[in-house]
Amino acid sequence: MVPLSWYLILSGILFSLGVLGFLLKRNIITIFMSIELMLNAVNLSFVAFANYWNTHPVADKSIVPLSGQVFVFFVMVVAAAEAAVGLAIIISVFRTRETLNVDRVNLLKL
Amino acid sequence: MTKNLHLWVIPVLPLIGAAINGLLGRRFKNAMVSAVALLFTAASFGWAAWAVWTAWPGSGIALPHIETLATWITAGTFSAPFGFQLDQLSMIMVLVVTGVGFLIHIYSVGYMAHEGGYYRFFAYLNLFMFFMLTLVLANNYLLMFVGWEGVGLASYLLIGFFFLKDSAADAGKKAFIVNRIGDFAFLIGMFLLIQHCGTLTFAGDSGVFAQMAKLPQDTGWGWITITALCLMFGATGKSAQVPLYVWLPDAMEGPTPVSALIHAATMVTAGIYMIARSHAIFNLAPHALQIVAIIGCITAIFAATMGLAQTDIKRVLAYSTVSQLGYMFLACGVAAYSAGIFHLMTHAFFKALLFLGAGSVIHAVGGEQDMRRMGGLRTKIPITFWVVTIATIAIAGIPPFAGFFSKDQILGAVFHSPYGGPVIWAIGLITAGLTSFYMFRLWFMTFFGEYKPDADLGDAHALAAAHAAPAHGADSHGHDDSHGHGGVHESPWVMLAPLVLLAVLSVVGGWVGVPEFLRGHNEIEHFLSPVMQSGPAVAGEATGAGHDATASHADEAAQEKPGEELILAGSSVGVAALGLFFAWLLYYKRPELPDRITSKVHGLYMMVLHKYYVDEGYGAIFVKPLLALSTVVLWRGVDQGVIDGLVNGAGAASQGVGNELRQMQSGNIRSYAAWVAIGGAAIVGYMIWLGVTR
Repeated sequence: MVPLSWYLILSGILFSLGVLGFLLKRNIITIFMSIELMLNAVNLSFVAFANYWNTHPVADKSIVPLSGQVFVFFVMVVAAAEAAVGLAIIISVFRTRETLNVDRVNLLKL
Repeated sequence: MTKNLHLWVIPVLPLIGAAINGLLGRRFKNAMVSAVALLFTAASFGWAAWAVWTAWPGSGIALPHIETLATWITAGTFSAPFGFQLDQLSMIMVLVVTGVGFLIHIYSVGYMAHEGGYYRFFAYLNLFMFFMLTLVLANNYLLMFVGWEGVGLASYLLIGFFFLKDSAADAGKKAFIVNRIGDFAFLIGMFLLIQHCGTLTFAGDSGVFAQMAKLPQDTGWGWITITALCLMFGATGKSAQVPLYVWLPDAMEGPTPVSALIHAATMVTAGIYMIARSHAIFNLAPHALQIVAIIGCITAIFAATMGLAQTDIKRVLAYSTVSQLGYMFLACGVAAYSAGIFHLMTHAFFKALLFLGAGSVIHAVGGEQDMRRMGGLRTKIPITFWVVTIATIAIAGIPPFAGFFSKDQILGAVFHSPYGGPVIWAIGLITAGLTSFYMFRLWFMTFFGEYKPDADLGDAHALAAAHAAPAHGADSHGHDDSHGHGGVHESPWVMLAPLVLLAVLSVVGGWVGVPEFLRGHNEIEHFLSPVMQSGPAVAGEATGAGHDATASHADEAAQEKPGEELILAGSSVGVAALGLFFAWLLYYKRPELPDRITSKVHGLYMMVLHKYYVDEGYGAIFVKPLLALSTVVLWRGVDQGVIDGLVNGAGAASQGVGNELRQMQSGNIRSYAAWVAIGGAAIVGYMIWLGVTR
């Protein structure tokens, strides 16, 4: 049985990779993938906790064991919606700016 | 039997007139405007006369007759109603106000015929009537104060009627501000009454006066004395007494009918009315009465001397008004309230007549107000001459004209009162002589000698002329234009008819108060005595201070030694005759004498001519420091420094902070993301820290 902490460490590593990718990459699509990576890192910790509480139930039922699984579904739905909107925005940006470099998508600054 | 007299109609009728003329009058023809104004004033007079007739003592209606329409203000146990009260005192006031007011309205139709803003004038005049009637009919101090402030407003509007002239606008402001000082004291007095009596209603079982009747006399400086002094100070503002009289002479900037109605006959007597109404309070406060008497006495002689040197006909009358109001104050101060009200009534007749007569003279000579440019008008405007003659005799105190009886009653009461005594009586007597002198001076200067419209006003008078110059144009514009058809002319009948009626009243008005020692019955005193006795007769008798005691004292004196009363009356007639003689000598027989006398006592003369430099003194003591304080401390210091500093500082601070923070908005998405990541990391760190320390 793999202990919970391993899952969490892996999740942390994945999340950090996502953050770093988000911060360091210039290509919007890569940034987008980094976001997905972060979301899935979180999903991993959700399912890990769900599994953990399933095998270690608490007596007073204050924690519902499978709620983590449910959250994951929500996250996936949101991620899918976000991907649809995000990709549409990316296409739109590319059409107007003819670039995918975020450093050059800076019209909002003063 | 309680019959509903609908007293509220009396003040509301002029208000309707004011509303119609004020809102729609601009489109009306002059005839329509005057019709509206006269109709509603006449209706008000008619209703008042009917109400007084119906409620006349002995008619079965209990006096004071009180009609409460609605509750106005309720706060805790305190409540002030919209209530009106008719008793002997307000009967006299309401008849004087509506009667004299109506006559002056008629006069104004002729006088103002050629002025601009005709509808405005009548709207204001009707508004004034509304407030004045509210003042005299109110059954509590608060409603009275509404009228009190309202007449101040109407006065301000009418003094500044020719508002394009700076001097008129300034005079209006001056009147308003000076009155406000007095009103402040009045307010304090009312607050004290609320604190100690819990009500401001005059009559009734729980009213102020009933409560006062149960209180012992305040021989020290307790709250009753303080309240009385506050009320008195309020009255000094409205009734133009020392030290707040300064606004009244300047108020002559207004049209002459306004001077007659507001600044002679009615509004300025509101203070006297208020003190007479509050006699129950004053009777309990001997110190306050003493101060009232002294102020009245000082005002009477002070203003009379100032009237001696004035050359502007309206200003002479203005100082005369201040002086006569001083008499009424004096009467109140010696607790001879009914004598004060009596003088108020006769004064309303003859002073209104004098002002209207002066207006007729000014009208006749084309807007000139300086008496040195008049003269010899006796034959040219005979009717005006005769009515002014009657008024002059009346104010000088020569029997059997009205002024004699009222003035004599006051002087008699002063002589016998513990608050008066021979010294104050003597000052009052000298004032009577001065009054006679300056009034006959006016009379001789205006109507005798030669008409000299282009008189050179001479060097000695240059200053005064320069001072009075702004006043000259006061009523002139319309008259100059439309009456340029040359020469002096008598006024139209619409102006003369009120003069004649007032002249009749000036003659017979005093006959209601013929004293016992002249085989009269002094009806007015008996008429008013129920009101004046409703106060603490006990306190009055205990100290000999109350009106009751004074009156009975005077009666006894009259019965015991009628000779003394006759001597008192005779002496006041004597000084009046003396004043007449000197005026005749100086301004008719030997007209060169005044100049020689004034050059001999030049310093004194200049002081009197400049009204003892009181205006200048007030300017130096109050106005200048206040202006300096406002400019340097309040404006530059507090307003510009602190308040503007705070506001601008707040603006500058947020601008500065924003300037720094905008650096974060680089437009670089990845830097935003970094902020988000740092923020997230901070939150996670914080939560971990929470978990660790738990």
